[in-house]
Amino acid sequence: MNMEEFALGDSIIHKMDPRSKLLTAFAFSVVVALTGDPMALYLAPVFPLVLLGLAGVNFRGVLRRLVTANVFIAFLWIFLPFSHGETVVYSLGPLHVYREGLWFALFITLKSNAIILMIIALLGTSSVFSVVHALSHLHVPDKLVHVFFFCFRYLETIQDEYQRLVTAMKIRGFKPGPNMRTYRAYANLMGILLVRSFERSARIVAAMKCRGFRNKFYILHHYEMQTRDFALCASSVAFLATLMVV
Amino acid sequence: MIRLKDVRFGYESRIILDGLDLTVNAGDRIGLIGPNGSGKTTLCHIIMGLIFPQSGTVEIFGKPRTKEEDFAEVRGRLGFVFQDADDQLFCPTVLEDVAFGPLNMGKSTAEAKHIALNTLKELNLTGFEERITYKLSGGEKRLVSLATVLSMEPEILILDEPTAGLDEATTIRLIDILNQSTLTYLIISHDKEFLSLTTSTMMLMKKGRITPVE
Repeated sequence: MNMEEFALGDSIIHKMDPRSKLLTAFAFSVVVALTGDPMALYLAPVFPLVLLGLAGVNFRGVLRRLVTANVFIAFLWIFLPFSHGETVVYSLGPLHVYREGLWFALFITLKSNAIILMIIALLGTSSVFSVVHALSHLHVPDKLVHVFFFCFRYLETIQDEYQRLVTAMKIRGFKPGPNMRTYRAYANLMGILLVRSFERSARIVAAMKCRGFRNKFYILHHYEMQTRDFALCASSVAFLATLMVV
Repeated sequence: MIRLKDVRFGYESRIILDGLDLTVNAGDRIGLIGPNGSGKTTLCHIIMGLIFPQSGTVEIFGKPRTKEEDFAEVRGRLGFVFQDADDQLFCPTVLEDVAFGPLNMGKSTAEAKHIALNTLKELNLTGFEERITYKLSGGEKRLVSLATVLSMEPEILILDEPTAGLDEATTIRLIDILNQSTLTYLIISHDKEFLSLTTSTMMLMKKGRITPVE
């Protein structure tokens, strides 16, 4: 699992201040999520696509992520057209497909994909840690920032631990199958991971205390907004204004 | 500098420390050896004030310490390196992790950065500043954890199983670092050979007590 596959790079987008990226992505998401205008929705993906082009990221990778996200959206297409609306466009026996439901599913698909593209274009091209830094610079509550930060930092450690346990099970001849024994083994595995994570978190706090931690984080690097950041903010304002007007 | 007297600690039915005495004076280089489960790590946690003894006294830098606040005051002067480097290193980059202690001690950003860079240089870790901590190798993690503690400029260093999982080259590097240092230190280890190369006094921990080794 590589969550930072687009984060390495040298393009103008990669070099931007993560704060301006965060703000732009946030404003874009809010506007796109709230708009009800079809024209605005067709236009919306243009901006993130331009940014992705500027960032020069691997389009295949982007596509792969979109496919993953759209698996969840596919469920909406299974339910919404049959359950939402009044105008019947097609009947499958007792099931009716409604026009409004189809539109609704399409809207959600367009909105989600536009927002996902934007997040990949702007946040995906920063390291997770610079995003975390940017969040704390933007005065997002410390607790939220820390939870996000520690989740990411220890994901890999927990994954390692999980892998070690699974290997240890395999070595002892464990073969998963659709039976009670397998479910019980997996439940134990999850249980032990939870206990270990809990114990690890206690040790981390202890280690932090030993280094004089008193519930306050200091930031070592500071950012400075540059022309390109103002350019990004200005163009996003212009684009969002267009979306709202059309 | 550290004086523990008749310290007792245990959980319900299990006694871990049973009337333990330990004195560490300035300039001491003590190696503490003992079987698994003899309470070595518990002892460290008592010295650092992470847990409190059920009876007995803990005196650090000439004052009895009983409460969290008493210990918060001295933690920067006691450098404790944890057994598992993944517990110690939590910042994104090496530089930030090494600067974490100095920043907590109230140093300015510029000072902390300067101290961190110097510490890395002293440990021959120049060039590691921007490395991502969780992507370091086991040996590198260990040396960086040491750096994160040394950057606080402690008066005593306490190492819990420093050689666990280290390869030979890193172990030799660690021995050199310790031998060149003028710090007072207490090392807990299984590794007799490592202790004989780095310490001047060896003690044995057994059944919750400490006895000298001839």
